[in-house]
Amino acid sequence: MSSVRQVLAAGLDALNRPRRSAWRRNRHGSELAWAIAFVVPYAAVFFAFVVYPVAYALWMARDPALYRDLIASPLYAQTVINTALFVGLGVNVKMFLALMLSGFFMRRRWWVKATLPVFMLPWALPAIPAFVSFHWMLIGEEGLVDGLLSALFGIQGPLWFNDRGLALGSNIVAYIWKWMPFWTLTFYAARTAIPHEIYEAAAVDGATGSRRFTHVVLPLLGNLYLVCTLLSTLWTIGDFTTVSLVSEGAPAYSTDVLATLGFHYAFDAAQPSLGVAAVMSALPVLIPIVIILMCALQTREVQL
Amino acid sequence: MLHSGSRLRRGLVEAASVILVVALLIWSLMPVYNMLLIALDPDEGDIEFEGILWPPNPSLHSFRAVVTQGYWLVEDFWRQLANSFFIGLMTMFLTTLIGSLASFALGRMRLSGSWLLANAPLVTYAVPASFLVIPFVRLMANYGLSNSLWAIIAANVTFATPYAILILRQYARLIPIELDEAAQIDGASSGQVYRRVYVPLMAPALAAVGTFALLLAWNEYLYQYVLLSSTRNMTVAVAIAQFFNSDEAPWNYMMAAALIYSLPPIVIFYALRRYMSAGLTRGALKG
Repeated sequence: MSSVRQVLAAGLDALNRPRRSAWRRNRHGSELAWAIAFVVPYAAVFFAFVVYPVAYALWMARDPALYRDLIASPLYAQTVINTALFVGLGVNVKMFLALMLSGFFMRRRWWVKATLPVFMLPWALPAIPAFVSFHWMLIGEEGLVDGLLSALFGIQGPLWFNDRGLALGSNIVAYIWKWMPFWTLTFYAARTAIPHEIYEAAAVDGATGSRRFTHVVLPLLGNLYLVCTLLSTLWTIGDFTTVSLVSEGAPAYSTDVLATLGFHYAFDAAQPSLGVAAVMSALPVLIPIVIILMCALQTREVQL
Repeated sequence: MLHSGSRLRRGLVEAASVILVVALLIWSLMPVYNMLLIALDPDEGDIEFEGILWPPNPSLHSFRAVVTQGYWLVEDFWRQLANSFFIGLMTMFLTTLIGSLASFALGRMRLSGSWLLANAPLVTYAVPASFLVIPFVRLMANYGLSNSLWAIIAANVTFATPYAILILRQYARLIPIELDEAAQIDGASSGQVYRRVYVPLMAPALAAVGTFALLLAWNEYLYQYVLLSSTRNMTVAVAIAQFFNSDEAPWNYMMAAALIYSLPPIVIFYALRRYMSAGLTRGALKG
């Protein structure tokens, strides 16, 4: 980070120079042109691949009869519950553990530091191999988990994908395994950015251990935690890969989430409009989350 | 007594740390170990776990079969790996380029005042990628990109860029705006400021965002599965999933292919790791 420090030093230097407001006004026009040119590539992507498909999706799912069909379908109701459980448990358990583990990795022991790169492996490992491996690990008595259970404790392990609760739990555990490292790294980076003087000042005032966590770390990381949780919730509501590869919806579609159900409707049952309607029915949840996320980011900008 | 009590307490904390480290190692490595276990099994399609922690006759036969493309399900393996690379690297490059240009304009230029414009990228996440796959199929037909790798790249860039802009804008707060102004005083245009000041100083954040985009592309499976129909244009991710549709699939070949497919992102991730934690949230807490 020495480069950043140099930058900051150079910046302070620049601050001491006289302001150039008159010059700025002259340059306004050409700078605006540059700014527009810089935004154009992203705007093009945004309109071609976000606005157009979303409009197309809404147009495909415009028929109210589709939603009547969905509400009448027990499969849809079950899928909504599954999605809520998958997202609610998966995201919150993952974020909480990530916050705790990021604190653990701050410990100054070489073997704790050495564990961090290994712990990051699930994030670097592609989702497909990872979830396929989870599927085989839990495939029943031939799988590694039940094999270990019987070898170590002499218990016959369950058939994980024959029971809705166990299958749903397997999906959530696989999801947490895959994505916890990313958020742990995010919180870890944030914790290392807290200046050491703050900890020292808090220690002088008697805030150590758990009190340091509630009175120093939480207030500083609180907004970041909120932003990350919201972002992760948005991403997880649309998660397709975990469920489609770990439990594959088994037993009998009872662990499907919205993304996999929409896929079944569209590609297996050849009812694309119903599939789009199924996933678009999550919009009343998604849009408020995005608005809260924008506000949370806004407050942070004000704080800075 | 107080002294020995605190020593005991410290000892307990150390012991708990050791247990946690061991648990974390097992937790992180078990699925990877399971992949190795299946890949090293010489019997095709046999996944039986025999109560021992190592296959009785480990063999590299499955890796050889994949590398030499000696089985019909892996007959285009290298071509498919090249496709995966093309998609991953193009996603990485375009996300970093488009994201850095947009973050520069939104964070450091005249456009920075607009709250709505600055937040527009986040609107993308109101509809998750997987929810748009059905319209995307029709859309790509309209754009003439059916069965094209560019369709996948477009989808990946679309969903990686908003996060990239978010991270880059936060990190950019570490770089004083006066630096840009000083360069402009010296006659630099905004394009030159971007190239000579912004990009070099943003290197850690760009590395973080690039890694994020690469891993997103390497993790992505749904779009590749739906949009790429011919074997030659398939990626390894789809090829691995193809094993599930086959009746007599040799799972050890699948796991060997999966392990080889896992290597590139792991290598790139560990090569760029030093920048990652610096780039991810350095800007988030400054203040």
